[in-house]
Amino acid sequence: MNHNHNSSKKNLMTGSKIILESLIKEGVDTIFGYPGGAVLNIYDELLNYNAQIKHILVRHEQGAAHAADGYARASGKVGVVLVTSGPGATNTITGIATANMDSVPMVILTGQVPTNLIGNDAFQEADTVGITRPCTKHNYLVKDIKDLARTIKEAFYIASTGRPGPVLIDIPKDITSSVYEFDYPENIELRGYNPTYFGHHIQISKLAAEILKAKKPLLYAGGGVISSNAAGELLELAELLDLPVTSTLMGLGCFPAEHPLFFGMLGMHGTYAANMAISNADFIVAIGARFDDRVTGKVEEFGKNAKFAHIDIDPSSIGKNVKIEIPVVGDVKSVLSSLLEVLNGRNEEISSAKYERLGWLEEINGWKYEHPLLYHMKDIIKPQYVIEKIYELTGGEAVIATEVGQSQMWTAQFYKFKNPRTLLTSGGLGTMGFGFPAAIGAQIAQPDKTVFDIAGDGSIQMNIQELATAVQYNLPVKIAIINNNFLGMIRQWQELFYHKRYSFSEMNVNPDFVKLAEAYGAVGLRAKDPDDVVPVIEKALSIKKPVIMDFVVDREEGVYPMVAPGAPITGMLLV
Amino acid sequence: MEKTHILSILVENESGVLTRVAGLFSARGFNIDSICVAKTLEKSESKMIIATSGDTQILEQITKQLNRLVNVIKVQELTDEDSVLRQTVLIKVNADETTKSDIFRIKEIFGGRIIDVSRNYYTLEVTGSERKIDSLIDILRPLGIKDIVKTGIVALQRVKRTN
Repeated sequence: MNHNHNSSKKNLMTGSKIILESLIKEGVDTIFGYPGGAVLNIYDELLNYNAQIKHILVRHEQGAAHAADGYARASGKVGVVLVTSGPGATNTITGIATANMDSVPMVILTGQVPTNLIGNDAFQEADTVGITRPCTKHNYLVKDIKDLARTIKEAFYIASTGRPGPVLIDIPKDITSSVYEFDYPENIELRGYNPTYFGHHIQISKLAAEILKAKKPLLYAGGGVISSNAAGELLELAELLDLPVTSTLMGLGCFPAEHPLFFGMLGMHGTYAANMAISNADFIVAIGARFDDRVTGKVEEFGKNAKFAHIDIDPSSIGKNVKIEIPVVGDVKSVLSSLLEVLNGRNEEISSAKYERLGWLEEINGWKYEHPLLYHMKDIIKPQYVIEKIYELTGGEAVIATEVGQSQMWTAQFYKFKNPRTLLTSGGLGTMGFGFPAAIGAQIAQPDKTVFDIAGDGSIQMNIQELATAVQYNLPVKIAIINNNFLGMIRQWQELFYHKRYSFSEMNVNPDFVKLAEAYGAVGLRAKDPDDVVPVIEKALSIKKPVIMDFVVDREEGVYPMVAPGAPITGMLLV
Repeated sequence: MEKTHILSILVENESGVLTRVAGLFSARGFNIDSICVAKTLEKSESKMIIATSGDTQILEQITKQLNRLVNVIKVQELTDEDSVLRQTVLIKVNADETTKSDIFRIKEIFGGRIIDVSRNYYTLEVTGSERKIDSLIDILRPLGIKDIVKTGIVALQRVKRTN
């Protein structure tokens, strides 16, 4: 080290301090983590930053990744994870892959064995950069402390711009203890990374003309509307032209569900109206959506009577599965604003377009009344009833995280999401165990909001250990377990496609969830009868602690409508 | 229609870039028929030439996916018409009294060189288009090829003619 008389001016710091100072420069005030050998230096320094950075100690590194993800989805900020090398890093993989599939901005800091031991099969060594390459937006191994601050700057920039995603930085232990000048870079130079924000004006004009011309237009909105904070623009566009809207699972909340122009989610468990509208439309504008197979069903039949326009910041999403006549590469918010500008003042064209479409809206409304979402009440609790009551008792204002499977789909169908960033769900990877830690992250991001995790009895057990985290930080997350003693969606597929051969989908043994909650120091409530549902939810809402609600529901209830995988989405099995 | 495409990919010269590119191809089910990588004049850059196959939609996806990689600076498709495409082959061929003169003749026709000589074998070096290399192999095969190694295709855009 250079100990000449200038050194004091040079702002020398350990790698650990550089990391924490860089995080502060990025506006980070919360990190989700779990200590271990390779990150001990960072953790030691972290104690000095108590006032600036809140560290949430999870009980499993997967929980840290999902919690940071939930924090990011709920707040729009970058979620930050800190874990150790080897198993610490590998335990985050599912969380990273989940965030990657759903385009969630995250920065994951992993410890690594010292540089001189890399490749040596050292204790707790894993090739973290190699393992995470396919499931991150980008990743780094910092081999020289000179690169540390710049790498962190780049990681946050890449994670939060363009199509957002997780970026991982692997940091060997010796880097965290060596000393270097801290000089946080102002600028970023990444020659290979230049996301396009502004849509091409010619494309936008074409899009405007086509929207005005179409007789049966439809907006198909996805998660991109939410990540670009474009819900306001979407609403303005739809109302300006009376355009009907359907949304993907990831898009729910981007348009008020009770709005007369909204016709629900489309796809495998979409509404009858949405799937019929897609199939009968003559012009479909996909907005921040990616034509996932769960949305399109048999892709050749998807929107088979329509021309397509597609607005997306990721050019690789455009034309990947469906041929697009009007591609518009750009940020959804910016493109929609430009589109509104182009349409501005064209009042005659707009009113005549609206007039010509009255029949189309009537047609879709007809489908809506013909086959609304419904279920049949019985003397046993119906899962859909629980979701409806949660919706009513929270006024649609809660942040709802979900697990994956039937409980997720019923939530998507029966909770009428009003606002963006209120549904946190693993849409792409379909990760059971996501919801509860994501709810913890969301509650930390939004302490004043009511946060739920709507879970199944199977999925809640995948990260139940985080109950200790929720209790430790006094996070009043409400867990609603739709308990059917089954992996319900698996059971439903086995019922429909495997002649009711319920191969290992029954949870023969479950814990007593009420006692389990109590064992962790949380509150446990149970509802066995339809009359118990409302009181249990009301009681849970009144308790300022983590609460598990165990709803013992109709065991063999199914999610309908349902489209068989690979079938056209008009081929719906209805209730 | 399924056909061969040559992609010229300018990347940042950082460790792991080759893995990122190769991993992208395997993860998305694209083919790599051949690959050549080397530094350019800029120390911070490398150029990869990848030969791949697929229809135009697949090629469009490959190009877009490559562009998503942070270390990829530029992706360009090079065609036979607008570029020079070359491959080098080394062939160890059986050289006895009956074949030696044939080998010399073939070498002359293909503009190659004999770069190693032993009692029973000659090693030929030939550079040319993929088609030329293929026909060389066809011609030499009856003489007895002991071993063969080919480079991937390298390619460079021609200077645009103005007229």
